Amino acid sequence: LDSRLPLVIFLHALTPAAARDEFQEELVIRPLHSGDIYASFQFRTLWDTDFLQEGQKVSHYRLFPKSLGQVLSKFSVRELHISFSQGFWRTMQWGQPFIPSPPGAELWVWFHDTVSDVDGNWKELTNVLSGIFCASLNFIDLTNTVQPSASFKPLGLGNATDHRFLRYATLPREIVCTENLTPWKKLLPCGSKAGLAVLMKSEKLFHSSFHSQAVHIRPICQDEQCSSKAWELRQTLNVVFDLHTSGQGKKEWSLFKMFSRTLTEACPLASSSKVYVDITDNPELFELSPATPLLGQAVVLGDRRTYSVYDLSRAETFGQLRSFNLLLRDMLRPLLHAERYVAGFGLQTGEIHTVIYNNHPYRAFPVLLMDSVPWYLQLYIHTLTVTSKSRDNKPSYIHYQPAKDRHRPHLLEMLIQLPPHSMTEVTVQFERALLKWTEYTPDPNHGFYVGSSVVSALVPSMVAMRTNFTQDQPLFSSFVPVKEESSYFVRVYTEPLLVNLPTPDFSMPYNVICLTCTVVAVGYGSFYNLLTRTFQVDEPSPPLSKRLANLIRRIRGVPLLT
Amino acid sequence: MNYCNLITIFAFINLLVSIPHGYSNYVETKAGQFFSSGHTNNWAVLVCTSRFWFNYRHVANTLSVYRSVKRLGIPDSHIVLMLADDMACNYRNPKPATVFSHKNMELNVYGDDVEVDYRGYEVTVENFLRVLTGRLPPSTPRSKRLLSDDRSNILIYLTGHGGNGFLKFQDSEEISNMELADAFEQMWQKRRYNELLFIIDTCQGASMYERFYSPNLMALASSQVGEDSLSHQPDLGIGVHLMDKYTFYLLEFLEEVHPASQANMNDLFKVCPQSQCVSTPGHRTDLFQRDPGSVLITDFFGSVRKVEITKDTINLTSPVEPPIKRSGSSDIQIESLTYVDQLPVAEIIHQQDCLEANVTRCRRKQQRTRKLNCQVVEKQTA
Repeated sequence: LDSRLPLVIFLHALTPAAARDEFQEELVIRPLHSGDIYASFQFRTLWDTDFLQEGQKVSHYRLFPKSLGQVLSKFSVRELHISFSQGFWRTMQWGQPFIPSPPGAELWVWFHDTVSDVDGNWKELTNVLSGIFCASLNFIDLTNTVQPSASFKPLGLGNATDHRFLRYATLPREIVCTENLTPWKKLLPCGSKAGLAVLMKSEKLFHSSFHSQAVHIRPICQDEQCSSKAWELRQTLNVVFDLHTSGQGKKEWSLFKMFSRTLTEACPLASSSKVYVDITDNPELFELSPATPLLGQAVVLGDRRTYSVYDLSRAETFGQLRSFNLLLRDMLRPLLHAERYVAGFGLQTGEIHTVIYNNHPYRAFPVLLMDSVPWYLQLYIHTLTVTSKSRDNKPSYIHYQPAKDRHRPHLLEMLIQLPPHSMTEVTVQFERALLKWTEYTPDPNHGFYVGSSVVSALVPSMVAMRTNFTQDQPLFSSFVPVKEESSYFVRVYTEPLLVNLPTPDFSMPYNVICLTCTVVAVGYGSFYNLLTRTFQVDEPSPPLSKRLANLIRRIRGVPLLT
Repeated sequence: MNYCNLITIFAFINLLVSIPHGYSNYVETKAGQFFSSGHTNNWAVLVCTSRFWFNYRHVANTLSVYRSVKRLGIPDSHIVLMLADDMACNYRNPKPATVFSHKNMELNVYGDDVEVDYRGYEVTVENFLRVLTGRLPPSTPRSKRLLSDDRSNILIYLTGHGGNGFLKFQDSEEISNMELADAFEQMWQKRRYNELLFIIDTCQGASMYERFYSPNLMALASSQVGEDSLSHQPDLGIGVHLMDKYTFYLLEFLEEVHPASQANMNDLFKVCPQSQCVSTPGHRTDLFQRDPGSVLITDFFGSVRKVEITKDTINLTSPVEPPIKRSGSSDIQIESLTYVDQLPVAEIIHQQDCLEANVTRCRRKQQRTRKLNCQVVEKQTA
């Protein structure tokens, strides 16, 4: 802190009245137990300004992207979290991610309490974001938006938490591809030209087991005393590279092998640019080249881990960042894990099962389960059962908002106490609705998606967590504010469901018209003929000999031949 | 001798005078040609209407035209790209984030900075017609709008499966040639284009431009009525056909065009004759006012930039003073700010008791509500 003070004063002297903003970037590389490798990029822009101040419009943008700043001030947004993911995060094999996200697109927003029409602002906000990120977010409307009553508390500063100003929606079908990465990269101050973003090439990023990019905007404490607030924009990108498709079976990784690029310089606009490599498992057996004397320790997700730190703002780090040879050991088994699947047969009824595992040997803790089910799966809440260790487990809080056909989805929130070392199962039966024929998608036989359930929990931690925020804490361990030392907050997403609805045969209207017209034509036509057709006897013309004979007979005056 | 000298001097002076005069004539003709077309900006609407993995070639068609149009100068903000399905990040694609147009994976037309404006289920007949006529809901972002004016040259490219008089959208709906002609007439009446080039690569594509009746339209199709457009070649690694024949030869032709080239529409009409394409490409120019030989390819595929070179200096205004930060505002804010508890278990259970208390209030049991400190519970409007 002492060394930073003269730096701060120096900066002040240079820019007397300019807005103070800073940019930090970091990359965390963590080898996973299964041999895959997890890379997490975090870019943070911190800006001491107020978007929501009356009368004073922010006009001079430097590091903070203007498109997002204008969105925040126009719609009076207090917090915005949007994520796009491809693939599913496998908690049991990979542990917990630093920042979780469900498959598809997820958007949740806290509006300021001065907003009078939250639904109108929400609708316009989703349209504007769909233009910024080139995604079909305009499909978010009232039929898939919910207003959770207890989940998704704000992650930023604030005292009032009136859930009327919160909106949450997911689009599990949304695809992530280069067209979403391109505008995301354009929001960074250095773009993809310098710094860590140089590594983001789409051909390697999308050839992976899991890819997730997110934008999180929230107000946070500017310093330790927390006397004023600053706006924080975090852009995160999590990738899990598969060992077998990209490495040739050997557990040997390098930056070039993962990203097909190497780092050449730090972003000149960044105040700190670091690469962390997790070396907690087997620090003496593997070899990192080039070696670095810098080591750091951080407590993240309830575990104390050791990292090798490479500071990119120092010139001696560069040269080549070449192959990492790593050997891996067993890592900490995740304490909380959830799965979801559909049971039953046929196209009329079914059952949703959500299974939550508590792997802690002796501690019980509560979890908040939030389920948002579209209206076309009609849930029968009287069949809802929650069982732990084959005994009934009554939740201490249930909030259920029933669906309204074509207006609102189901929302079910429950606070369940999980007994230690147990499996809790939540089941509910449903019936599938028959949609109107214009409501089917062009490929209805693919099925309809149901968004992931969200399990939020305060998991007891093996290691004491730090409750005060310091400025030199790495970004990946300072995302969620920590209130008490003995537990950490975690959010686990389940799989999305793919459900088949009774699908009509769309060629039937054509078949029916053909058949009906044929029947009518044949039936009516023959009846009409019977009524109106007259029969006349038609004599064939006589042969030539007979005609000659008749002519002679006429001349003679004798009766004619018939 | 004197006479000869005089003649040579006279000829020399004449030459000196005529060279700059000839040069200015040349510049004038060039300048005249530059402003002859009458348009000031270029737009492109590129639509792929087919869904499903086996229609990979339609997406590759559209992306190759997108690539050529971007290369010749039209920026992303002036291109409306509609792809009905995602081939690049499809799980069946052995090379994710790539779409190839040539076998042996030579040319990746997907690129690294593609911006798709309408994708997946958004590509419908309604959205296409709304984009053309400009009748979009007010909250539509700018990147999804066709903001052309009466001095815009627009290129419209459609590809997919079609028939005699219709084009199929995503296997569930179709657009007829009469609807398309009416949409172009609406655009003309609203002065939304200066000149329009319409290219279609489907089976029986010529039927789609038969009904046009608005002025300044030129149309090209890959096959006549009664003929099928064929695909070019399959790729054994990817497993599907990569491109259609007409667009493949069109792409080959466009790769030779650069922003300053003088190739004109007559060259475009000769692309893919029947010997290469098996189907007979057709075109229609009777509604177009200029002679096709004088229309440059870059009038539609490239982008016009009017550059004025000036030699005088321009004074920039003094920089804007940043607003003086109101001092003393930090003194007023004495209250410390805190983060919210992420999972306040006690508060949530208290909420449940309040809900139950409200129920009991209906049954006229007042005691419980007085003891709990419940906030007014907002009635959920139906």
